[in-house]
Amino acid sequence: MPTPTRTTIATLSLGLAAALLAGCGSDEGMATSPTSSPAAPAAASGTFPVEITTAAGTFTVAARPVRIVSLAPTATEMLFAIGAGEQVVAVDDQSNFPPEAPRTDLSGFTPNLEAIVGHRPDLVVVTDSAREVAGGLEQFDIPTAVLPAAVEFEDTYAQLEQLGAATGHVAEAAGLVARMQSDIAALAAEVPKRDEPLTYYHELDPTFFTATSRTFIGAVYEVAGLRNIADTAGGAGDYPQLSSEAIVRADPDLIFLADTKCCQQTADSVATRPGWSTISAVRSGSVVALDDDVASRWGPRVVDLLRQVIAAVKAVPQPAAVGAGAG
Amino acid sequence: MTVGGRVRVRRLPDAGLQASGRPKVAVTAPTRLRPQVLGGAALVAAAAAVLGLTVGPTSIDPLDALREVASRLPWSPVESSLASTEAAIVWEIRLPRVVLALLVGGVLALSGGAYQGVFRNPLADPYLLGVAAGAGLGATLAIAAGASGGSGALDLVPVAAFAGALAAVMLTYALGAAGDRRRSPASLLLAGVAIASLLTAVQTFVQQRENELIREVYSWILGRLTTASWSDVALVLPYAALTSAVMLRHRRLLDVLSVGDQEAATLGLPVERVRLVVVVAASLGTAAVVSVSGLIGFVGIIVPHTIRLLGGASYRVILPVSLLLGGAFLTVADVLARTALSPAEVPIGVVTALVGAPFFALVLRTRRLVPT
Repeated sequence: MPTPTRTTIATLSLGLAAALLAGCGSDEGMATSPTSSPAAPAAASGTFPVEITTAAGTFTVAARPVRIVSLAPTATEMLFAIGAGEQVVAVDDQSNFPPEAPRTDLSGFTPNLEAIVGHRPDLVVVTDSAREVAGGLEQFDIPTAVLPAAVEFEDTYAQLEQLGAATGHVAEAAGLVARMQSDIAALAAEVPKRDEPLTYYHELDPTFFTATSRTFIGAVYEVAGLRNIADTAGGAGDYPQLSSEAIVRADPDLIFLADTKCCQQTADSVATRPGWSTISAVRSGSVVALDDDVASRWGPRVVDLLRQVIAAVKAVPQPAAVGAGAG
Repeated sequence: MTVGGRVRVRRLPDAGLQASGRPKVAVTAPTRLRPQVLGGAALVAAAAAVLGLTVGPTSIDPLDALREVASRLPWSPVESSLASTEAAIVWEIRLPRVVLALLVGGVLALSGGAYQGVFRNPLADPYLLGVAAGAGLGATLAIAAGASGGSGALDLVPVAAFAGALAAVMLTYALGAAGDRRRSPASLLLAGVAIASLLTAVQTFVQQRENELIREVYSWILGRLTTASWSDVALVLPYAALTSAVMLRHRRLLDVLSVGDQEAATLGLPVERVRLVVVVAASLGTAAVVSVSGLIGFVGIIVPHTIRLLGGASYRVILPVSLLLGGAFLTVADVLARTALSPAEVPIGVVTALVGAPFFALVLRTRRLVPT
């Protein structure tokens, strides 16, 4: 996947304020909106109209939106995390967090234009898999934020800031980004030093589909200092299907299951798979059940995911204790 | 494909027999299965099995791999020389996969040959009467219901796929009878097309509603031996053995049937009963194997046709040799599937179709050269 282009939040001074608060976003290009005036009663709540550029395109929000429709679970989590939850009137059928999100039967995978317009939204948020719906919404003059799947933490921070600017929660978004960054830095500092990095296998489903380290989830494990056993399968893309034999052979120190909700996989069911009882992770009890949802989204809960991963890393016995050191 | 199939229905009896002539030929031509041929095919299957056992993403010495298997046999004097990880790879991962590939490939090829015989249609394959669509729907429903468990015993996907496949064939048979009392080949084929379209539509509908399961459904539909285990083998073996025996027993009658329904009837063949028995056996066998392997295409077409091209015009040759060479073909295809992008897998259905499609074109070309 290509690295998304740098985000431009084209507002007046408040964009700068957000970037400074965020600390990391200071290299983002700033542009001055040609239309808005520098009235800005409270920079923290944003200025409208505002033109926002995401990795997938540009959209303009004329006034502070009060009827937001989110068609992406990650976007829903982000909107609520930056305090825009009250402005959200409908979310898609997969947006199960936070629980108070107004879930509907709208689909983010096969979006129905008529059903979306029926909610009379003044801002729609989708991922790039539903990009084509943005064109349809344009006919109704409904601004649509297209937020592609993140491939690194910077993408998550940028999307939070974009949503902050689009919803009038600039300061909260910037604060959340700063908090996430310091939490992640603190967690990274807890990772015990090892001569040889631990290896891991991240399972997406029981037929051994996985993700390489070139994905967002891979970036999370990188913070924990882990090495991905699927990286040698580079020829098969970023989400390859491994053979059972290759996994047993690679002998990962840690196994993370992101198929506990979809497919009821557990440490026990993994241990009963043919040949898997010989894997280090199975023998040392380092098979970690993740929440499928948290592990497949790139929202604020990625910090919780990282916390769980690092707790598991800390629990892995030091090399001498676990028999034959795997190569 | 459907259109081609319909066009071909008429032409085939001649094409199949063109080398020799009319009725008598079917029972007298050089059609006996020679022991050398059977032995040769068995040898090919054995060689494929050894290849499947010794080649994989892990480099294990072939001799050590064979010693490992030998050491597991009852009363074996052989000691395994492998460490526990390698031993587990050979015995628990590779061997069940090889055995399953032999069974699945063999039954698919045998069923394909049998279908081609009863329908006198070279395009007939084991999925003709809706088995694939029914199994796909059953598997998708089971996956959507969250029934895809870890260990084989609790996994409901094969059971649901099996039930779906059988239900589809029964529907096809009922519908075929509604259009044509005598269940002529053509009306059954058309009924199969209708049922397959219907069930595929329902399957797609369910899959669209359960988007998060698409990956698993997709991996099932393209065929998977990735999770093969001994419990899968145990699940399939009884059906594979029984249905293969029934089909093989009818190999002579398929030769008689190849002269046409009416001619066969005048020769004293209970045409409808033979067709029913063979279709039920082939469908049951196919349903059983696809329930654990997913939908692996082309094996049922290319293997019997290869045997025809190599000179076996009689079902007395085609059926037994299909069983052996079908297993060998799928085992080799599976070796490609797990080594081509190692350590990643290529769906085995992709491998068989990649080899199968060009081959299929070749078969069609060769056929066209033959004056009919």
